[in-house]
Amino acid sequence: MASSTGEAPESKGTHQYQPRDFKVVGTTPLRPDGVDKVTGRARFGADMNLPGQLVGKVLRSPHPHAKLVSIDTSEAEALPGVKAVVTRDDFAENEAHHDILCNIMARDKVLYEGHAVAAVAATSRAIALKALKKIKVVYDILPHVTDVDEAMKADAPILHDDMFTHGVDPMPTTASNIAGRCEFGHGDVDAGFEQADIIIERNFKTAATHQGYIEPHACVATVTSDDYGELWGCTQGHFVLRNVSASLVGMDVSKLRVTASEIGGGFGGKTTVFLEPVCLMLAKKSGKPVKMAMTRDEVFKASGPTASSSMDVKIGCTKDGRITAGFAEVRYQGGAFRGAPADFGAMCAFACYALENVKAIGWEVVTNRPKGAAYRAPGAPMSVYAVESVVDELAKAIDMDPIDFRLKNAARNGDKSSYGPKFESLGLVETLEAAKNHPNYQIPLGPNQGRGVASGFWFNFGGETCSTLNVNQDGTVAISVGTPDIGGSRASMCQMAAEELGIPYDQVRAIVTDTSSLGFNDTTEGSRVTFSSGMAVIFAAREIIGKLCERAAMMWDIPVEAVKWEEGKAIPAGANAGDFEPLTLAEIADAAGGTGGPIAGHHEYNADGAGVSFGTHLVDTEVDPETGFVKILRYTVIQDAGKAIHPSYVEGQFQGGAVQGIGWALNEEYIYGDDGKLQNAGFLDYRLPVASDLPMIDTVIVEVPNPGHPYGVRGVGETGIVPPLAAIANSVSDAANLRMTELPMSPPRILKAIHQAEAAE
Amino acid sequence: MGIHVSTKINGDDVEFVCDAEETLLDVLRDRLNLTGAKEGCATGDCGACSVTIDGRLTCSCLTLGAEVEGREIGTVEGVAKGNELHPIQQKILDNAALQCGVCTPGIVVAAKALLEKKPDPSEEEIRYWMAGNLCRCTGYDKIIRAIQDAAAEMRG
Repeated sequence: MASSTGEAPESKGTHQYQPRDFKVVGTTPLRPDGVDKVTGRARFGADMNLPGQLVGKVLRSPHPHAKLVSIDTSEAEALPGVKAVVTRDDFAENEAHHDILCNIMARDKVLYEGHAVAAVAATSRAIALKALKKIKVVYDILPHVTDVDEAMKADAPILHDDMFTHGVDPMPTTASNIAGRCEFGHGDVDAGFEQADIIIERNFKTAATHQGYIEPHACVATVTSDDYGELWGCTQGHFVLRNVSASLVGMDVSKLRVTASEIGGGFGGKTTVFLEPVCLMLAKKSGKPVKMAMTRDEVFKASGPTASSSMDVKIGCTKDGRITAGFAEVRYQGGAFRGAPADFGAMCAFACYALENVKAIGWEVVTNRPKGAAYRAPGAPMSVYAVESVVDELAKAIDMDPIDFRLKNAARNGDKSSYGPKFESLGLVETLEAAKNHPNYQIPLGPNQGRGVASGFWFNFGGETCSTLNVNQDGTVAISVGTPDIGGSRASMCQMAAEELGIPYDQVRAIVTDTSSLGFNDTTEGSRVTFSSGMAVIFAAREIIGKLCERAAMMWDIPVEAVKWEEGKAIPAGANAGDFEPLTLAEIADAAGGTGGPIAGHHEYNADGAGVSFGTHLVDTEVDPETGFVKILRYTVIQDAGKAIHPSYVEGQFQGGAVQGIGWALNEEYIYGDDGKLQNAGFLDYRLPVASDLPMIDTVIVEVPNPGHPYGVRGVGETGIVPPLAAIANSVSDAANLRMTELPMSPPRILKAIHQAEAAE
Repeated sequence: MGIHVSTKINGDDVEFVCDAEETLLDVLRDRLNLTGAKEGCATGDCGACSVTIDGRLTCSCLTLGAEVEGREIGTVEGVAKGNELHPIQQKILDNAALQCGVCTPGIVVAAKALLEKKPDPSEEEIRYWMAGNLCRCTGYDKIIRAIQDAAAEMRG
């Protein structure tokens, strides 16, 4: 039973998990934005139009690497219907956001095919496209590099002559494409390998994949002559977008109001800034609203794919299955600028294991590819694929069940993690035990069929967050959150507010407000929204409960300490117990005009205590020896959610992450020719999983409460993409007796491996 | 020169003028303000722009606006009858068969077209019919279940 007294609880110290019987949390109500989305009324990035708006289009480099000698826009500007043209000359240098500036509009060089070099706003799309053709750009073509291992070589073409490797002591004095080196671990891996009875060492490669959101980036901007701007668009983080855009365009932050539209998928890829400052600059120069939307070709060529990787892993264990040492060296390229998540890759590689001797090195590399962006647990799926593949081989080598092998080495409460901190509370063992007991682990397999298991980890994040709750005069409640809803989080916010206040779910409505209506909120990323915004909602609701008790005390003329809140009602307590009929939230709200006016609650904080997240996946596949085609027969996701607020949307996160992982494992890949150009910039040739590729995706929600959240919530969005690459590789290995060390495991690659194995016999 | 087109959309007579190169999707979205159909690719690969033309499921990005003279077009905006949702819409909500929702209009139009053609499709038939509608969020599981539920309800 939730109850609190008239004093508003201090947020400090009450972040701790407290067991309770939930009434609304854990149920599966319909989402508040649902009807708009099934009827076509919901407005996404490209669905907004302003009167008199122009159409903006971007001219992009056809070359992967070239000096930008000159840009002549005079003929384009003279074309009737063209209202503004922008180039690098329209944007001032910006130290704080230098890489973003160079990416949204190339400066001295173009660094990848698709790099923006100019943009036009015109009265129609046809005129804008015609104008792009009239812009004369002189390029001085430079040699390029798109492969991570090639880019690290001493004689590779250098992208940035001021890039000196971070994390190497002393810092190199010659420029290279190696942006940074990092290292994590503890113990003595050499001594650990000495103790091993068996050691397996392998190299792995994974291709770059795209987040593949169905909605291309889009925005509409307007700027007045006195520099007030409005921006509408699809983004995972409108506050960050506002800050960066205002800075690049040279506006005061307070003068730019950004509204996050409904967002058609992001998965990390819309934590970015691409079109928006360009759109604002075109609007500013033309004096008219401007709308821009990327084509799918532009999405592939100029928005963030994830890193491709090249990795070495070496793990040793004893005959009875104890890992004695683990070593990984991962090299990630993240496109033309710093930011490849090699650090996260190195940190996550061995996070599932309690190891005495572990070392992981990460290399962050730049290449002539689009600026990489976050993609669901950025950096983790690749390194975990490599480690979990070798773990699987070790278990097979000593003839041990792969789940038993993992249980024997699994990280548990109190263990020092492979990346440094001590684990406080984690549900890895619970997911492994659930996997072992799942009926899908027992189903007999037929010929050419195999079973694979893998576990995975993601940190989860908290971050800067604030939220406001307003009690309406009819007793309903409006929630303002600052984190765009990417997968049903408004429903979860309403559930948490209803739970605290003791009112029905349908009396609460959550809105993602614009940037002028709330303080700064970090982006929707790091699986942080249900955790961080949810906790802000809970504490804002508790503040409201304190105020409702005060108002009831006034109405009864008793001390506030003698009022308690239970099941949505103020109740006289202590000496006054039974003296008055309880007052509902609606009754107190209705009387608020006479007791001090409107009632609202607010909470602002930098959320910490995001609980770590672990999952284990089980997958059965069948490999066709004639074609190399891999069919997914059964798939089971088991993950610790801490506490599932809306279990259906938790399952949805598990299923969506798993299927993105299936695409990564089997089909998806950025394919570059020797000319440094992307060869498959469309959904026909870059093949996302479709409905007919897949079976139903079973889910098991494990709930090991996060001690850092009042309801025990852990983020659930990202971990689901971490295990599938390895789980499928292990399953394929079991089915075809092949160890696939390169992703994707597309039919030609598998067929080649089958033929090589046959030739070796 | 603009081309004058007379057509029927969701049962209502509609006239518009479009350029020769404009797709039906451009016309729906930019001229008629029917933004339910989405442009995910403009190459017929994602299905987010699904509509029916004379009852046949098609990608509106692969049809020119000028081609629909005298035809009958069905869009997501015409699927609900006033405030009464179609069973496929209700079952998508009930099954939480959407996350971001940008593919949902196309899913609704495509699934409705399937069930009108085949009231009792197998799971495999649903999966192959829906293979032209990409969803990146859900992994399709809940979408398939929603279509199965809607089919069962419509069969009565």
